[in-house]
Amino acid sequence: MSDMIIETRELTQLFGSHIACDHISFSIERGEIFGLIGPNGAGKSTLIKMLTTLLPPTSGTAKIAGYDIIAEAAKVRAHIGYVPQLLSADGSLTGRENLLLSARLYLVPRRERQARVRAALDMMGLTDSADRIVQGYSGGMIRRLEIAQSMIHRPAVLFMDEPTEGLDPVARHSVWDDMRRLRGEFGTTILVTTHLMEEADTLCERVGVLHNGRLEELGRPAELKAQLGPNATMDDVFAHVTGAEIDSGGSYRDVRQSRRTLHTRS
Amino acid sequence: MSDRAAEPSTLAHNPLTEAVAGFVTQTWAVADAEVWKLRHDPYELLMRAAQPTLWLLLFGQVMSQVRGLGPPGGRYLDFLAPGILAQSILFSSIFYGIATIWERDLGILHRYMVSPAPRSALVLGKAIAAAIRGLVQAAFIYGLCIILGIGINFHPLNIALVIALIVLGSGLFAMFSLIIACLVRTRERFMGMGQVLTMPIFFASNAIYPIALMPDWLKVISYLNPLTYEVDALRALMLSAGESNIGIGRDFGVLATVALVFLSIAARLYPRMAT
Repeated sequence: MSDMIIETRELTQLFGSHIACDHISFSIERGEIFGLIGPNGAGKSTLIKMLTTLLPPTSGTAKIAGYDIIAEAAKVRAHIGYVPQLLSADGSLTGRENLLLSARLYLVPRRERQARVRAALDMMGLTDSADRIVQGYSGGMIRRLEIAQSMIHRPAVLFMDEPTEGLDPVARHSVWDDMRRLRGEFGTTILVTTHLMEEADTLCERVGVLHNGRLEELGRPAELKAQLGPNATMDDVFAHVTGAEIDSGGSYRDVRQSRRTLHTRS
Repeated sequence: MSDRAAEPSTLAHNPLTEAVAGFVTQTWAVADAEVWKLRHDPYELLMRAAQPTLWLLLFGQVMSQVRGLGPPGGRYLDFLAPGILAQSILFSSIFYGIATIWERDLGILHRYMVSPAPRSALVLGKAIAAAIRGLVQAAFIYGLCIILGIGINFHPLNIALVIALIVLGSGLFAMFSLIIACLVRTRERFMGMGQVLTMPIFFASNAIYPIALMPDWLKVISYLNPLTYEVDALRALMLSAGESNIGIGRDFGVLATVALVFLSIAARLYPRMAT
């Protein structure tokens, strides 16, 4: 296996005549924090869905940790963690139950489960709230629980779909710290999508810019900025790639889903 | 490094036993999570007890006065009780589909779908959760039957077979509901479908009247309806004076076959919910 933990080849997704992802090819090195940016509807979420085996690609393929996302989907799932944009922690369970559920689904050996759950709670600072129902958690706590839950089996790759969306600056920085810590402690490769240029700039080693389903730019934030001039920012990079396009803001379903919070459940 | 951690099978003895043990763990993970939820919020479970109570106390009492409804020489209320047990299983299991749509809309479904658990383990876990609910309801209805003086058969073998029937019946209808949810995909449509499907399943069965009273076309539908076999076997096993019209072996055979078919269909359709 090469040092490329993710390798995509001409990954394509068609929804009817709409091309959500257009022959996307790129590689991510082991241990990298890789950012995907692009306007709503650029294909970020679709790309993540294909890489996490939720959505079979129309054509092309990808290898994750050496396993093919189509032919070896179950193997891929055992080696990845996923923090979706939507809720992935069950609001009607406690934090500890959520973690135990994940530990069982990912077949963490029985004798290690309790210790693994305790360590996860401890690492994410959730020990005191472990036995409270998640519905009463703050947004930041839910995010940390979701990260803990997706890391319970120590995956080689962690996918995070807009993990800091809707969080206040303090919670956002704590999520960034968590991501760096996971990479430091477990060597986890992290692929993160974001709308925040600051996140792309300071957190990610490399960034890919998606626009209309195509991967238009790929490189270190410094390189991408330098292409445009000495004082260019990531905002300029974003604007350069996407043109002066007015953000459509996504479909009704996207909006409804991204605005949904745990509390609407009750 | 991470490869090893993700595959606990490095200590493997026999790959087949490992796979089966893994499947059981993952299935139970799904079912147990539902049990935790019920424990946190038993309100819904309590409310569900209201419906069978009303059927037995109101409907049952009045319909007992109608001649020819029950079995010859038997009490109508005794005839009705297994039907109402089957009904409450049907009505509570049919909600699993909408719960799944809920989970999809919230995003929780994705967490299950990105896990390495086989899709059949996820479906079976839901079916077992439905079975646990069904058993709680059954315990309640048994209590009600005792109060109403219905002749219940408490032979351990009968109890064991009734438990098996309830597990089979609840799981079957929960998976049926899951299949419908995968096909209709939205809550609004499911609510419509739920109404359109549950009432015919209930009325085109032997739950509240014998099949012998039905016109021929309805008889045919009743024999295509899994609820008929559930009720027939329940009637034979639950009541001290109960007997089966179809044959208990055949009842179990039909229910098990239909459950397996539903499991394989649901396991195939379920992942599509996440796309």
